[in-house]
Amino acid sequence: MQSRELDQFEQTVAADHRVEPRDWMPDGYRATLVRQIAQHAHSEIIGMQPEGNWISRAPSLRRKAILLAKVQDEAGHGLYLYAAAETLGADRAELTEKLIAGRQKYSSIFNYPTLTYADVGVIGWLVDGAAICNQVPLCRTSYGPYARAMIRVCKEESFHQRQGYELLMTMMSGTEQQRAMVQESVDRWWWPSLMMFGPPDAESSNTEQSMLWRIKRHTNDELRQRFVDMSVPQAAKLGVTLPDPHLVWNAERGHHDFGEIDWTEFWQVVKGDGPCNAQRVEHRRKAHEDGAWVREAATAYARKKEQAA
Amino acid sequence: MTRSSWPLYEVFVRGKRGLNHVHVGSLHAPDDEMALRNARDLYTRRNEGVSIWVVKAESITASSPDEKDPFFAPSGDKVYRHPTFYAIPEDVPHL
Repeated sequence: MQSRELDQFEQTVAADHRVEPRDWMPDGYRATLVRQIAQHAHSEIIGMQPEGNWISRAPSLRRKAILLAKVQDEAGHGLYLYAAAETLGADRAELTEKLIAGRQKYSSIFNYPTLTYADVGVIGWLVDGAAICNQVPLCRTSYGPYARAMIRVCKEESFHQRQGYELLMTMMSGTEQQRAMVQESVDRWWWPSLMMFGPPDAESSNTEQSMLWRIKRHTNDELRQRFVDMSVPQAAKLGVTLPDPHLVWNAERGHHDFGEIDWTEFWQVVKGDGPCNAQRVEHRRKAHEDGAWVREAATAYARKKEQAA
Repeated sequence: MTRSSWPLYEVFVRGKRGLNHVHVGSLHAPDDEMALRNARDLYTRRNEGVSIWVVKAESITASSPDEKDPFFAPSGDKVYRHPTFYAIPEDVPHL
């Protein structure tokens, strides 16, 4: 016979009510959430690097200010999510240490380099677009603090995607060279963007349980399909080609068919052998360690003031 | 490496004049003043607030974790506290 607590938990989830921090919850539910929220938070923090790289190189004050605001938002999103993870009993400093030690992951997309300024636009359009597809259903996830953090994140992400698309429209109305730069960037980012939805449903080990617990609302493949269907008309309007010869409208399914994703590359990057994995983690480690004296000084100052009072 | 021992603060924001402060999330800060500044940077980047409260999480006293527990039961069976409990003829004005 199962416990009264488990009954109550299952009823809460089944009724689409939210689970709140001090409610009883199964250990697996808690562990899954900590893993997912931490990975999500790490992605936001690591995600500051590829674009942060272009802040000082953006072509105008307007573009610099926009990019700065965007990267600052990513930091904010990371903090909302770390705060949500902490309500489950996770320790924030410990999460950062796990990231630096390579014991917790972040989205593989950030292990690709940003080679040209067009990448800033394409990341906004495709990478943030894919992130929005993933994140909108999470606003209704069963764990209250996670859902509330995602509502804030989603409101802000919409600016990210629109600034990217607008940047690309501007470049596409420029010179031949600028148009080529956009197309080359789309060619590099399209497939990694599709990989952001994770492995195919048949190989996704966590999906089934997460759907039962209503942490996830849609499978990886459903969300990937939604993203492809959304992106095709946007690409057409922009005047770029998506680098997939198998991408065609399937009237019978009411969806676009698309080519096979290179899962070998996907697993290679997940397992640490992407173009920038080592660099990203090393940069995060250095920033964390270089900032240690600031954290210590602020603590010492607070203690001194307390003693004086 | 030393662990940060900055305390956890809960953050409440008043969206505009006339509204209550509402809990928006939490953050770590070394002291009250930095907690306010961090809260401004983190939770009001887009004019979401005109006033912020921060309070150390450890200072909050909360009711029991189980939100359906008997703590709230006393109000459950007192339907007569609601205006709809009373049948009043349709043709009585302003009531």
